[in-house]
Amino acid sequence: MGSKRPDRRGFLKSGAALAGGLTVGAVAPAIGQEQHHDPSMIKEGKDQIAYGDRSKHVTSVRIPHGGRPSPDNWGLTFHVAAPLQDSVGVITPSSLHYMGTTRGSFLPDVDPQAHRLMIHGLVDRPLTFTMDDLKRFPSVTRLHFIECAGNRSSRRAKNVQETHGMTSCAEWTGVLLSTLLKECGLKGSATWFVAEGSEEVKGASSMPIAKAMEDCIVAYGMNGEAVRPQQGFPVRLMVPGFEGIFHTKWLRRIKVVDRYYMNYNDFGHLDKDPKVAALDYQIGPKSVITFPSAGQQLPGKGFYEISGLAWSGGGAIKLVEVSTDGGKRWTKAEIKGTAQRMAHARFGLMWNWDGKETELLSRCTDEIGQIQPSREQIAKYWNKPYDQTFSVPGLDNSIQPWKIASDGSVTNGFA
Amino acid sequence: MASLRVLACALLMGATVLAQSYGVGRTPTAEEIKAWDISIGPTGEELPEGKGTVREGAQLYRSKGCAGCHGASAVDGKAPILKSKAPPNADVWARGRILPLRAPHATTVWDYINRGMPLNREGTLTPDEVYSLTAYLLFINEVIKEDEVLDAKTLPMVKMPIGEDYARLPDWKPRTPRLKGYPH
Repeated sequence: MGSKRPDRRGFLKSGAALAGGLTVGAVAPAIGQEQHHDPSMIKEGKDQIAYGDRSKHVTSVRIPHGGRPSPDNWGLTFHVAAPLQDSVGVITPSSLHYMGTTRGSFLPDVDPQAHRLMIHGLVDRPLTFTMDDLKRFPSVTRLHFIECAGNRSSRRAKNVQETHGMTSCAEWTGVLLSTLLKECGLKGSATWFVAEGSEEVKGASSMPIAKAMEDCIVAYGMNGEAVRPQQGFPVRLMVPGFEGIFHTKWLRRIKVVDRYYMNYNDFGHLDKDPKVAALDYQIGPKSVITFPSAGQQLPGKGFYEISGLAWSGGGAIKLVEVSTDGGKRWTKAEIKGTAQRMAHARFGLMWNWDGKETELLSRCTDEIGQIQPSREQIAKYWNKPYDQTFSVPGLDNSIQPWKIASDGSVTNGFA
Repeated sequence: MASLRVLACALLMGATVLAQSYGVGRTPTAEEIKAWDISIGPTGEELPEGKGTVREGAQLYRSKGCAGCHGASAVDGKAPILKSKAPPNADVWARGRILPLRAPHATTVWDYINRGMPLNREGTLTPDEVYSLTAYLLFINEVIKEDEVLDAKTLPMVKMPIGEDYARLPDWKPRTPRLKGYPH
């Protein structure tokens, strides 16, 4: 092995010399090639060896959502939105995943060695698990989105990050909550459970046992590594398709109970109208075009792939339709790959823009037949006039229009 | 033949369910569970011993720093207001999202103060202090009288103004629409 080293060094040296020759232009470019510029080298320091960075030319970042600074005057983090306008595929990188906190929160720095998850209440055998314990159970790995209840478009929003950035999708790994509950032995009287985090407010939510037994995940993995602190390190609850607040971060306790517990997060969900309560619970079918979207610029007429994301709390996305003429005609878009249940699906549609002013829209249908509505349809459902004062009750899953001007600029259709 | 196959299948599934225990995890003691369990439900069965009064609550509201964020009169701070600005005879839904007024159970008020307050010193209040602060906040919203004493027995009995006038969540089942017929 050692004897090979000098040879390899020699080879690298001569390679470098050749590259140097090219940059001074001593060698004429081959026919048909544009003038060639050798890129400068990225310094591969120790940091880059240990945990790689993205290119300095990629500058996509999250932004505080809803005009409230994060961190605020108390050092609390509120809502931070993902840059969907730059997204490709269905996975949101962990560093760009949206985050929300229940009342504004400090991020707890949880020691995974000391962390415990307790399950108690209406079970035959209450149990406490270490992180190592949790990893001994059979695991699942699934794609799931999380969306904040506050993810709604407004006429003031300038881009898709402001209109839709409070949703993200990641690959989550963990043990099914049903596996843990079976290990504890669920009592027949169990109807609800309360999940509690270990942040300073110990945010807690009541959820139906039916959901726990269906598909909740006690997740310790995210996008191929440990769940990030902002996402609940070392372990969070995934409640696929339910509003973001239920996905309890820094999960420390699950209490099985026989009634709705009306703890603080539940109070935040309190509604007068049962219909609004239902619309503030499981997320409806929703889609948005991420390219071209408000704030972006088309350089001129011709072909573009319209690209976007679709998701639903009701299951997998079955159909995405796109309109390039303000909703007169709809064309079936291509879903890239296989749409997963309660996960972002990426869609695309080739579009030959004629350079004229128009409006782009997308709408989706999920596996149980729910169809994404327009705001006009929602207003009609509530017997309210559709004007600028209309606000969608419950989580807003309405169709987002993007206006394309003849100069190629894209703006919010609600503005 | 077909029914036999179904029977065999059911037996096989039953065996899988029975073999579910992995023997992983530790059984916590009753004391551990009690120490960890800060979820106070509507019946108040988890409430600790202790008691509190409006008068003590008013003092604690100042001495524990509540007034610093929520304001001396509970409507004039940077943090959410804790007293309604609307007249007491108005519909409770028109009186603002005030926890010690709109909550369907007084236990929710106790639960939140106990788990989430004061900012940066969460979990440091004694049960007596939480009972007193709860009493004070319920009093300034005219939910209880000035001389009422709150404890594990009386707190869950407090009649909140909302009564039964709030929505229950739908009975959730997998693969069902969030609201039938919405919006077409």
